[in-house]
Amino acid sequence: MSVMGLFFIFIATVAIMWLVRQGVMESPWLEEGEVAHYRRAGGAEPPTAGRVGLAVFLAVAGCLFSLLAAAFFMRGDAPDWQMPPIPGVLWVNTFLLAASSVALQVAVFAARRADAERVKTALLVGAVTAALFLIGQIWAWRELLELRFFASSNAANAFFYLLTGVHALHLIGGLVALARTTDKVRGAERVTKALTTSVELCAIYWHFLLFVWLLMFAMLIGWADGFGAICRRLLS
Amino acid sequence: MSIAIAMVLVVAGSILFHVLSPWRATPIASNWGFIDDTMGLTFLVTGAGFVAVILFMAYCLYRFRHVPGRRAAYEPENQKLEAWLGIVTTIAVIILLAPGLLVWGQFITVPKDAMVIEAVGVQWSWSFRLPGADNQLGSSDVRYIDTTNSMGLSPADPKGQDDLLIASSELHLPIGKPVKVLLRSIDVLHDFYVPEIRAKMDLVPGVVTYFWFTPTKIGEYEILCAAYCGTGHPQMRGKMVIESEADFETWRTAQQTFEQSRKSDASRDKRASAQ
Amino acid sequence: MTDASVPQNVAPPPAEVPDVDLYHAHSWITKYVFSQDAKVIAIQYAGTAITVGILALVLSWVIRLQLAFPGAIPFIDANVYYQSVTMHGMIMVVYMLTAIFLGGFGNYLIPLMVGARDMVFPYVNMLSYWVYLIATLVLVSSYFFPGGPTGAGWTLYPPQSILTGTPGHEYGIILMLVSLILFIVGFTMGGLNYVVTVLQARTRGMTLMRMPLTVWGIFSAAVMALLAFPGLFVACVMLLLDRTLGTSFFMPSLVELGERKDYVGGSPILFQHLFWFFGHPEVYIVALPAFGIVSDLISVHARKNIFGYRMMVWAIIAIGVLSMVVWGHHMYISGMDPWFGFFFAVTTLAIAVPTALKVYNWVLTLWHADIHFTTPMLFALGFLVTFVNGGITGLYLGNVIVDVPLSATLFVVAHFHMVMGIAPVLVIFGAIYHWYPKITGRMMDERLGKIHFWITFLGAYAIFFPMHYLGVLGMPRRFYEMGETAFVPASAATLNIVITVIALAVGFAQSIFFYNLFKSLKYGAPAGGNPWRAASLEWQTPETPPGHGNWGKHLPVVYRWPYAYSVPGAPEDYLPQNAPPVRGERSP
Repeated sequence: MSVMGLFFIFIATVAIMWLVRQGVMESPWLEEGEVAHYRRAGGAEPPTAGRVGLAVFLAVAGCLFSLLAAAFFMRGDAPDWQMPPIPGVLWVNTFLLAASSVALQVAVFAARRADAERVKTALLVGAVTAALFLIGQIWAWRELLELRFFASSNAANAFFYLLTGVHALHLIGGLVALARTTDKVRGAERVTKALTTSVELCAIYWHFLLFVWLLMFAMLIGWADGFGAICRRLLS
Repeated sequence: MSIAIAMVLVVAGSILFHVLSPWRATPIASNWGFIDDTMGLTFLVTGAGFVAVILFMAYCLYRFRHVPGRRAAYEPENQKLEAWLGIVTTIAVIILLAPGLLVWGQFITVPKDAMVIEAVGVQWSWSFRLPGADNQLGSSDVRYIDTTNSMGLSPADPKGQDDLLIASSELHLPIGKPVKVLLRSIDVLHDFYVPEIRAKMDLVPGVVTYFWFTPTKIGEYEILCAAYCGTGHPQMRGKMVIESEADFETWRTAQQTFEQSRKSDASRDKRASAQ
Repeated sequence: MTDASVPQNVAPPPAEVPDVDLYHAHSWITKYVFSQDAKVIAIQYAGTAITVGILALVLSWVIRLQLAFPGAIPFIDANVYYQSVTMHGMIMVVYMLTAIFLGGFGNYLIPLMVGARDMVFPYVNMLSYWVYLIATLVLVSSYFFPGGPTGAGWTLYPPQSILTGTPGHEYGIILMLVSLILFIVGFTMGGLNYVVTVLQARTRGMTLMRMPLTVWGIFSAAVMALLAFPGLFVACVMLLLDRTLGTSFFMPSLVELGERKDYVGGSPILFQHLFWFFGHPEVYIVALPAFGIVSDLISVHARKNIFGYRMMVWAIIAIGVLSMVVWGHHMYISGMDPWFGFFFAVTTLAIAVPTALKVYNWVLTLWHADIHFTTPMLFALGFLVTFVNGGITGLYLGNVIVDVPLSATLFVVAHFHMVMGIAPVLVIFGAIYHWYPKITGRMMDERLGKIHFWITFLGAYAIFFPMHYLGVLGMPRRFYEMGETAFVPASAATLNIVITVIALAVGFAQSIFFYNLFKSLKYGAPAGGNPWRAASLEWQTPETPPGHGNWGKHLPVVYRWPYAYSVPGAPEDYLPQNAPPVRGERSP
């Protein structure tokens, strides 16, 4: 539950800071005029709807993963809890997902320089490594199932499948978006601003999923046990 | 207009209903009179607030109803008034909360000399266990449950051998002695609920929960289940008898221990197999 | 006359959105069925929500008939009773109230009130409705599966919800969980739209503090819903796995009706935490839009600005933030660590302060006002009475020790029906009477509306106010039949019969509303663009009902807040948000 607490404090802080910047504490609402203050630091371009939409979605997904983590730690208290062995292929997968994230970042830089060729290559590399990550995850599942670590035999196994499964579903959703972006890039003569935005959104989502995966992986191999112990102490 | 009258009538009707209502809390039979007092305090504070707000509103509706030529005032805010209202409300909330938290503090602090008993819930009946001569309850687990051991006591635990098992859904308790009720469920959520003692608590399978009270009134009380537990939920009843110390001792000595019940079961089995 | 304190050097948002940004319907199907126009989606959402709402209303009669005449109605047995209780609760809370406030009013009002042409992601918005519809159909379809719908209670607490002692444990519970998962997916799509539209698509001059409180309420509710629904999502997925794959997330070792199950070590309390992490904010997801709408109704029909707009906004934000950390007050007697009781009692009663401030400000808006007793206004006033009544009983249940005797009794049932059943429903009716002229171009019948109001308001109060006393007496909720119980006097049964009779009457009286709704479509008096002479933006559209794209060629420019009523010196008693200021006139 402290995971949720941390997450919630973070979201609330961001939201309240933003509201204050928007002037909820002041009363220019009583003034009359064409454009009452429309503040934006340094004349920077306003964020697009897509970017804001993604930010809000990441908050929702972040909430989902935090709740799963909270449930993981709370359920992990029970005496029957027995973590399954971690398949070695997960280390390879971690590397693949990181590589995928890097490839998409390269695509972003290339798109900003309007280097269409490089964008295409980078997106392709990103998509392939992400797909390989998914195959690797399935591999890990098979390995555990062959060793007879079923979801029904211990809640820790069940959490392993649940966490990796939910993460994989998010990545599959991301792959659909990435496929559409790649398709648009392939059809385009040159890199437009809208395309750059699409590529950027994909990259942000990928970094988010990598970040979630790293935390999740730490939880699964037990590096986060210390954190769980701290939570327990805070609660009791 | 009629809405203003209706609001006055709603307030008057509500107060009248409260005064005339024959449906009141059951006569209390435990030490938790404080809970009733806190509730009474809450009723006074919130009731006054309700009456004040609704009557003020009714007055406004009457006084400022539309008549030709009326124009509303323009007053965006009045921070001083709002601050005052906020402070008054905060004080009212503290008045409600402070005694509530104090009583809650007592509620979760079990007296050291409390007699420990156990209530076990199962779809859809109650059974009970009292400690034997050693004054300790033996350990238990769902995996020990079988036809001769419906409460799942550990057969190996020496502390459990003299525990008194009461399978009849009728629990006797001595008056004036604090009781800590350990609650254990072997299937789903239940809730040990006797209206007259005010306190109640869920039974959660997999963990042992508890609450405590001191019986203060001799009599028979009905035990209900207050956490929905399937289609038989309303039929899950038991009886709690509060009696004098002497009567309680008589009743207690008549109960069977875990050891005895297993022996008699075993001999019955033997007889059955011999036939 | 422009606001001098404000930096003027930044570019204002464009006053026009290029036409290419809009999706235009090309056929009847894309215009009325698979429409991407938020206004059509709003009607679809509201229509579906009201339809399942009627089903839930009928189910409540089943419950009431059983409570009043136990055993006398042949088709009601324990299974039917518990199935009705479950479906009534779940449909009303999630599929009716949440859907109609956010999907219905949110879709219709947000773009119009902030001066946008449509939601920012119209396609996703359309998907949101269709996923919602599928979720609803999946839920209702459980009536046609062996065993029927689940009778686990709307809280779906394991272990009982997936065990054989509960009706619908075969398919009903699975369909319920799948339906909820779909609902959440669909809602997330819609919720993203509501939030991003408010953030991104406000027209020129529409600062946050110039938004009507309706938008504030729906916006905050959408944000909370986006953060709270994942709790239910996680709970549903894990419970579904426990039911289908035999995992032990929530299921401990147990012996059910003499049979040892394979589950081991799971925690039923974990489910309760996840469920109420969603469940409590859910109350405010329903309440905040109602708060917002009622503020606007009172202000318009009392011809006076809402009193203390700033405080109203802060209160909405405070309630939103606090409501995420009070879920434990549903679990005071659940066996969780009793020390949590202190924390949750404090946070819960703390919410009372901003909520009370909102009530004061509504009432103070009436002070020195010019009150027109129109049907929408009557419903708003009815809301105030039921909300204040239901709110103060919340102070009983939030204060941990007072909750102990009252929890799981009819007091709780009476409390939440008053505060999040009757009160929001009165607002929904008021809002429909209020915005119907904008949606259809015709007025609803005032006389029928008033009859509808009096029966609904007084009837509902008479149903739920006495019910509190049965709770104080100690009558538990979710009892199929009370049977012979020593502490329950015979008069309680009489009261139950009275309540049932009123409930049936109030239920049937709703047909007056539906008659009015459909009759006025054709025979209602033409409304014109702004029949209530309201100041907020949705009443200033060039066409009524608003056309596709809402605003014709030019987006409106906003010059003032939406509550400029009875401004001294102004010729009319209202100044539309988009009316340019006249020089030399006194600025409000």
